[in-house]
Amino acid sequence: MQKIEAVIQPSKLDAVKDALLEVGIEGMTILEARGHGRQKGHTEFYRGREYTVDLLPKIKLEMVIADELVEKAVQAIQSSARTGKIGDGKIFISRIDEAIRIRNDERGSSAL
Amino acid sequence: MSYNEFLFGSVMRSCFLWLLLVLSMCCSSAAVAQTASTPSTADRLAKLEAQVAQAQSSADNSWMLVSSALVLMMTGPGLALFYGGLVRKKNVLSTMMQSFAMMAIITLMWAIVNYSLAFGSGTSFIGSFHHMFLHGVGLTPDPDYAATLPLQTFMIYQLMFAIITPALITGAFAERMKFSGMAAFLILWSIVVYSPMAHMVWGKGGLLNASLGGRFPCLDFAGGTVVHVTSGVSALVCALYLGKRLGYPKDAMPPHSVVLSFIGACLLWVGWFGFNAGSALAAGTLATSAFVNTHFAAAAAAISWALAEWIRNGKPSALGAISGSVAGLVAITPAAGFVQPMSAIVIGLIAGFFCYFMVIKVKSWFGYDDSLDAFGVHGAGGTLGAILTGIFASSAINPIFKDANGVARASGAIDGNWHQVLNQLMGVAIAWVISIVGTLIVLKIVDATIGLRVTTEHESEGLDLTQHGEEGYDFAS
Repeated sequence: MQKIEAVIQPSKLDAVKDALLEVGIEGMTILEARGHGRQKGHTEFYRGREYTVDLLPKIKLEMVIADELVEKAVQAIQSSARTGKIGDGKIFISRIDEAIRIRNDERGSSAL
Repeated sequence: MSYNEFLFGSVMRSCFLWLLLVLSMCCSSAAVAQTASTPSTADRLAKLEAQVAQAQSSADNSWMLVSSALVLMMTGPGLALFYGGLVRKKNVLSTMMQSFAMMAIITLMWAIVNYSLAFGSGTSFIGSFHHMFLHGVGLTPDPDYAATLPLQTFMIYQLMFAIITPALITGAFAERMKFSGMAAFLILWSIVVYSPMAHMVWGKGGLLNASLGGRFPCLDFAGGTVVHVTSGVSALVCALYLGKRLGYPKDAMPPHSVVLSFIGACLLWVGWFGFNAGSALAAGTLATSAFVNTHFAAAAAAISWALAEWIRNGKPSALGAISGSVAGLVAITPAAGFVQPMSAIVIGLIAGFFCYFMVIKVKSWFGYDDSLDAFGVHGAGGTLGAILTGIFASSAINPIFKDANGVARASGAIDGNWHQVLNQLMGVAIAWVISIVGTLIVLKIVDATIGLRVTTEHESEGLDLTQHGEEGYDFAS
């Protein structure tokens, strides 16, 4: 079991969801987030005052999936979320020790 | 239908017609009998004249009641939304509440004493106490103010101006003033600054009154000096006296919702038709002039402010366009019933550029925290508009000055009466002085008693929670 966390552009959410569904990923959690990497935000003007907005709106997807699906999922996210411009986001992968389904106490990969 | 039925029907119809004919002849012979005792032509004419006057009064009154409602709409929701959107999320309700509080508080003040101080006959500077508790303010017109309106219509219309003027000031001390201090300050301000200024410009025997024999006839159609210069200059005094908001100008304090401000500004624009065209105090051609001028100036100023931004920042912003329209509306206010439509466009264009410059450049040069630009838009735009009125006023639109034979004399510089610009400057100077002195005195009094500013903890936490125990937005529920 591994966890994939992907930070993406909000406008790419639908494309990424569809691509993940296509490779057989059935569950995910989505968070509306703010952040920046090297992109460093933009400037806004209100009545002549300049405001630097460095924390930009992003979407963070989280999913815990079986090991054999990880590479397919990464490819699906990369190909669907990429615009080629700075600010496209990142993918993080980590190991997960245990998963438990609250409804019926199933454990391990059958709980996913 | 058989032939018999048809025949029966037609017989019935003709019987009915005959009956009608006989009845009507009876009636008309009765009428002929009555004409014998008909009133004389003179009586009938008198009756007709009374009816014509009543019809005129009804027409004027209906427009003025609608106008009164429109001007109230400028404060709430117009100004409340405009200002509410410009502050940070934690202060949205307290900012809206400051405008709304004026709708309630000033109304009672007006009934108790302020109307009497502004419009009662008194000295050249202030009215009297004769009309306290609206004594003598009934439904009979006062020909000095408006011959066709019930005096209470005039009174309630003027009240709406008295409400929005202090509400405009709240933009300067947004996000840092105690509710109690704000209420006390603006109650005293309405007595010390607004009432005398309204009396001088519009009251009987007022020093600056152009139509009721003032010493310096200052043209102020709908309140350029009375409303905008006083509120704007007092706003500047407040901003300087209270000092900057915590963290200004280092911390970012962008508007939390330009959408709210946008709706507010559009309501202001519409409400301003009541403000300016209503100031004709009748539903005649002068109201049309003022209506057209108001609209043209707002449009022109929206364009010039947005254009200035476009040139400087590369983008025309929504906030810039709506701020521009308000600046244009402010500047055309004193001129609305005096100038030609093309002059209104020129006034609007100048106002958009000028107020943009005041808000963007001058504010940062001097470093005062006029939080929502009450001075930059109303003080600066009002002063500019008052002076431009002296230049563009045309006797073809409003023959306000007449010689001994009742022939119209030149109004503004455009007619050749350059002297009017001096009268306008006099009006502006008096408005500035009374605003600075009056506001300082009142601020001192309230500061020494109730206190003006919230504690630093309260300011960081936000006035919604600390002053009212509420939050504007609760996304969790």
